[in-house]
Amino acid sequence: MGEPMKIRASMSGDVADVKCLMNHVMETGARRDSKTGQIVPAHHITNVTVTVGGKQVLDAQWGGGVAKNPYLAIKVKGAKAGEEVVVNWVDNKGDSRTDKAVIG
Amino acid sequence: MNNLRRNVLKGAGATGVVSVAIAAGLLKPGMALADWNKAAFGSTDLAGAVNGIGAGSATPSADIKVDAPDIAENGAVVPVTIISSIAGTDSIAIIGEKNAYPLIADMKFSNGAEPYVQIRIKLAATANVLAIARAGGKVYKAHKEVKVTIGGCGG
Repeated sequence: MGEPMKIRASMSGDVADVKCLMNHVMETGARRDSKTGQIVPAHHITNVTVTVGGKQVLDAQWGGGVAKNPYLAIKVKGAKAGEEVVVNWVDNKGDSRTDKAVIG
Repeated sequence: MNNLRRNVLKGAGATGVVSVAIAAGLLKPGMALADWNKAAFGSTDLAGAVNGIGAGSATPSADIKVDAPDIAENGAVVPVTIISSIAGTDSIAIIGEKNAYPLIADMKFSNGAEPYVQIRIKLAATANVLAIARAGGKVYKAHKEVKVTIGGCGG
């Protein structure tokens, strides 16, 4: 089970701003350990989904090129205050994390 | 675990109204594992990454805005914002042209999500950040060069 993420969702007009900060090492698999010289195995998020009010709004595939502790912001039109935002990620080692927030 | 507690506390402090307690209380095991374009993400050359997501014949477009710093002091964390104003854009992909694995992300929008994404990426060296947008079965691209003083993909 991954570390908890922070999600903030707020309305501006009829568009919801959804911002999310995840906790993940995001190893590309191309980096060498500076002490041992060994390649650090890839360990990164591969899939991210976001649903708002039960409807999927984002279906993302990620590689190791996303920065460590990923930050993601999207805009969702037609969302309403009080609806639930659910963010889920899965990594290449099968670990996953789901967190929720309510649009404020 | 202490770490978890720390994060929860920090989260609660920073977000105020956002109910971190609910988030922490309603954890569910991961949802169904979606598919992952291994061929494209695993490609170590630009052409493989571009062709792997079906963007080999993308048309350059001025309607895709790639907002990134001109100079990134730290290539490990480069904030980029991609906005497509092409009608009917349903997905956006991001490519770092000189990264060890060029394809960074491929994101599909639905149910009202606007073709807008803000994300932090890694760049190995000074290179173009390439944005690919798909709309109505057509593929468009735009890029912006980012100068990197310290690479973010280790070496």
